Amino acid sequence: MPFVVSFGRQLLDSAKDLMPVILVVLFFQVLVLRQPLPETVAAGQVLLGLLCVVIGLALFVRGLELGLFPAGEGLANAFVRKGSAFWLLLFAFALGFGTTIAEPALMAVAAQAERAFIEEGLIREHQLASGQVALALRAIVALSVGSAIVLGVLRILKGWPLHWLIIGGYLIALALTAVAPAPLIGIAYDSGGVTTSTITVPLVTALGVGLATSIKGRNPITDGFGLIAFASVMPIIFVLALGSLGFWWLNG
Amino acid sequence: MGEFMSGPMALLAEHFLSTLRDLSLIVIILFGFQYLVIRRPLARLKRVLTGFLLALTGLTLFIVGLELALFPLGSLMAEQLVSPDFLPTLAEGAERHWRDYYWIYLFAFMIGASTTIAEPALIAVSERAHQASNGTLNPLVLRAVVAIGMATGITLGVWRIVMGWPLTWFIGSAYLVVIALTLRCPKHMIPLAYDSGGVTTSTITVPIITALGLGLATQIPERSPVLDGFGMIALACLFPIISVMGYAIAVHPKTR
Repeated sequence: MPFVVSFGRQLLDSAKDLMPVILVVLFFQVLVLRQPLPETVAAGQVLLGLLCVVIGLALFVRGLELGLFPAGEGLANAFVRKGSAFWLLLFAFALGFGTTIAEPALMAVAAQAERAFIEEGLIREHQLASGQVALALRAIVALSVGSAIVLGVLRILKGWPLHWLIIGGYLIALALTAVAPAPLIGIAYDSGGVTTSTITVPLVTALGVGLATSIKGRNPITDGFGLIAFASVMPIIFVLALGSLGFWWLNG
Repeated sequence: MGEFMSGPMALLAEHFLSTLRDLSLIVIILFGFQYLVIRRPLARLKRVLTGFLLALTGLTLFIVGLELALFPLGSLMAEQLVSPDFLPTLAEGAERHWRDYYWIYLFAFMIGASTTIAEPALIAVSERAHQASNGTLNPLVLRAVVAIGMATGITLGVWRIVMGWPLTWFIGSAYLVVIALTLRCPKHMIPLAYDSGGVTTSTITVPIITALGLGLATQIPERSPVLDGFGMIALACLFPIISVMGYAIAVHPKTR
């Protein structure tokens, strides 16, 4: 029974997220555009798709809450208690990498990025199998989030101030922007924004708060939540740097 | 009917395996660390496995819905709102002025503001901010401040695509403002301000916004999808940081 209740609440949350989108689109379709839908968009398919989105997202989050979140939180606490910095950092990296690979918002951006690359002829279709560019982009972002969590854990252990590291990260990102190929820039900055949604935030915050609570003199609020901030700057740096290498490798 | 079902069904089959691969990785990581490093059996193994199956089904459905509904909706709105049939008619040989695109600016602003106000994650963050500020920050006002920041970011992103200006100008100046505000902002509000930038882009809004940007860059003459189509998510994350810190400074001036 508790499952049904919490699934219902999750369903409501997803629907709440989607409702404004539907209302705004309807407002424009009915009052502003006043045109029939073009033939390429079947209303039935869109409705079915919206249903899939709401139910799918609710099931996904509910499934994570049921199994993976408690397991991940238990592990995070176990590693904090274990007291070995090496294993803690390795676990932090794996956690950041694994959660980012499964992040649905990143999948969306990566799919659109691949589409744009092929449309522009930046990557010829025969060079790589379909889906490989998107997967490579997601792997780079996952690598960057893993490193960001490691850096964030190190920061909590050492007590470095958060905002100087963030500002330093921004400056590195801007410097790389000046030298990276232009097509990478928008995608790099966008991937910084999508890494922090459904799945990464709860697990990573659990690690940060657990760590900050167990170390004397650390504040769970300021120290715990800083991990997420790193996870949104690091992807920009990694996508610009590794993406440039990828471009150079593909195009000579 | 047959054709109608074959599309979604084929998509379902196509995405099931890749989703299985993506989710398996995190399971392997958790189990690996649990059994090889911590060496203690996992509590409630059956529950964890049930959760995994639910998450797998959910993510597959979500991705199918992405392809069926969210991507097409985003690009459809971009296509219709900037199509020459819909925009005011141009005089012979005249260039299109950026002001002609006012409906798409309004659309972007409304999508940004409405999705942010309703965002469940933001409600949690604003409650926390209310506590962190000892009750001086009104959570409802804070949500409105974040929503205005997000909507401004998206609208500027659309305007940038229309103008064809480099994203770097916008990001660079926004960063400078963020840095300047960080130095003046009450210290306990800084992490919350940065957080509010992250929570505005939810799993449902990201696909719509990305498809909208790409659609716009494809439709507007002389714009390239790769060069101009991306960047709205980045601006949508940056502007709430600015608006929240601005609000915190206004309410809570730093004591010297």
